[in-house]
Amino acid sequence: MSAIRTAVDEERFVVAERLRRKLQSLGTPAFCPEESEAGSVGPALLCPIGPDDWALAAEAAAAQGCRWAAGWGDSQGESWVVNALLEKSGDYLLLRTVLPPGRNDLPSQTPHFPGAARPERHARDLLGLDFTGHPDGRRWIRHQAWGEREFPLRPDFPLAGHPLAVTAPDRGYGFASAHGPEVNEIPVGPVHAGIIEPGHFRFLAVGETVLNLEERLGYVHKGIEKLAEGRDPESLARLAGRVSGDTAVGHAWAACQAMERAAGVEPPERALWLRASFAERERIANHLNDIGAICNDTAFAFGYYQFSRLRELWLRDNLRWFGHRLLMDRIVPGGVAVDLPEEAASGMPAAIAALRRELDELKPILDEGTIFQDRVVGAGVLPERIVRELGCLGYVARACGIGRDVRERAPHAPYDRLGVKAVVRGDGDVAARLYVRYGELLASLDILEECLRRIEPGPLRTDWHDPSEHAEGLGLVEGWRGEIATYVRFDGTGHVARFFPRDPSVFNWPALEKLILGNIVPDFPLCNKSVNGSYSGHDL
Amino acid sequence: MNKLLSKIARVGIVTETFKPLTDPELDRLGAELKATIDGRFAGSLAIRQVDAGSCNACELEIAALGNPFYDIERYGVHFVASPRHADVLMVTGPVSRHMQAALRATWEATPEPKWVVAVGTCAADGGEFGVNYASCGAVGNVLAVDAVIPGCPPTPADLVRGLLSLISR
Ligand code: SF4
Repeated sequence: MSAIRTAVDEERFVVAERLRRKLQSLGTPAFCPEESEAGSVGPALLCPIGPDDWALAAEAAAAQGCRWAAGWGDSQGESWVVNALLEKSGDYLLLRTVLPPGRNDLPSQTPHFPGAARPERHARDLLGLDFTGHPDGRRWIRHQAWGEREFPLRPDFPLAGHPLAVTAPDRGYGFASAHGPEVNEIPVGPVHAGIIEPGHFRFLAVGETVLNLEERLGYVHKGIEKLAEGRDPESLARLAGRVSGDTAVGHAWAACQAMERAAGVEPPERALWLRASFAERERIANHLNDIGAICNDTAFAFGYYQFSRLRELWLRDNLRWFGHRLLMDRIVPGGVAVDLPEEAASGMPAAIAALRRELDELKPILDEGTIFQDRVVGAGVLPERIVRELGCLGYVARACGIGRDVRERAPHAPYDRLGVKAVVRGDGDVAARLYVRYGELLASLDILEECLRRIEPGPLRTDWHDPSEHAEGLGLVEGWRGEIATYVRFDGTGHVARFFPRDPSVFNWPALEKLILGNIVPDFPLCNKSVNGSYSGHDL
Repeated sequence: MNKLLSKIARVGIVTETFKPLTDPELDRLGAELKATIDGRFAGSLAIRQVDAGSCNACELEIAALGNPFYDIERYGVHFVASPRHADVLMVTGPVSRHMQAALRATWEATPEPKWVVAVGTCAADGGEFGVNYASCGAVGNVLAVDAVIPGCPPTPADLVRGLLSLISR
């Protein structure tokens, strides 16, 4: 850090100092997205800075205790527009810099925000941006599907690319290594042994104990950001719902929120309550799934059967009432695609009560399962310090005592009327991540009941109108894994020019590399399941 | 322990026959499935599932086949960890270009005779992602496919039906 400071001239330091003061002055305890000379994007205050101050701004923001929430580049005309989203206490600030034509380098923010490491590598691989001072020069999302000097998100790169008939497997990735008579290197994947997504893990172990874990992701990169370009809002919502299939509601909501903010379209009241109902139903289904899967990974078959049974019943209700088990394509620009049928309005309270009763009954069985407890308590402990460094989200952060939850800290409609309290525990182990989910199941059932009580008759959808050229919006939604941040910019014809969905997994995946250290290799599936990062949502 | 036992006793067996979910032919197909599996695969059909680029929703529904409602194992169908133990590769997703080689390698590691089942709209025709710089699209663009089970994602009932019809043909 000091090296960076000595390398900058006085003038640049003055700019950073001004930013630091700005960050400080913008309300207590944090900066407030109120009126600013620079304007705003969605709920975030926009803060334009020069490219040479990019690292200093990060340094100042880090010193202020900000969280680095997302970063993405956007090619506009001859120039690059680079964005970094910061958050503190529920207030968001969007740092933005414009690189002059011909320039593609700017200082890395990773030295100040370790969580920025992979997103910057992602932008480097897809856009050809050069983050100087980045500690890791290895490619990340780019394996072999496109050339070293080809950048798929540049405007001159065709969607179809220039693929060879057969894409060579990834090679030459410089994994960390260690040598010694006792050290074993264990490569796993990309094809895994279960019904799960593909990725590669490289363990270094001494005996059974994990010395180091390195993740190699990017295997399910399928061009989502490029595919979004030129889509109409309806079709973008469909794509967003497939960024990570287990978060169909969360990603579609964030994308629609971003588009609606860009277009100045307000979804009707009834649609908001339905959106929240869908989001909570999605949270419940996934938490039930994960709790069952955690039980399964400890060979507690009883738990697996019970929770997978409850989840199945829940999904069948989704299908019966809303037409899709996973609620895909139910959230659309300007509102929702399906109504709350009479059958659901009358049947849901009983289904909620039944699930709550079963959960109350199962909780002591988990608590008293000594073999189960023996596996989950103390396994995969994540230190709170790492959560802050990496900007971890959702239940991963909340299990370490950090109550990050968009629904509480930056509540959007209708959560602004619900007073959601984040469920927090402190131990940071597999058990804590499990019990945070358990608490959230019960809390979500309460929210669902509240939604049912408050929902009034009314329209489901507001008419869409095309936003102006360069209209942009930011969507921020608490998905079941944590905060989803989605950026959308429109072109002049009502079509999407840039779509960047940031799944919470981006910051939780690196945490897995840390929390596994010192655990035994056979506990990896359990630790991994307790984090349950999305590969598809990460790889895009 | 008492709580656990009483919960087990009260929940009972929830495994379903598929009558309410599908056509009356299903019982016949189920019997045929069992007979085919017994005859050709020595009593069990081993499936290796490969996610070649899916959004993960197809995986959720395939995994649901193991829940007590569907309990796919009662047909003699089970999911295995290695392609070397598999009779069937069940492939999801548009095949991402980064998974193309791994999918081929998995297929090559699977002993003959083997079937490839493409599961989900993406695997069937590329779905929402199609063919692009990062995606090969349909599984059929990479491997010869023996059966397709479409749906985005297919429901577990669709999957049971699709498997039964593959095996009983
Ligand atoms: S078919 Fe649908 S659910 Fe399956 S991978 Fe494709 S988008 Fe996801």
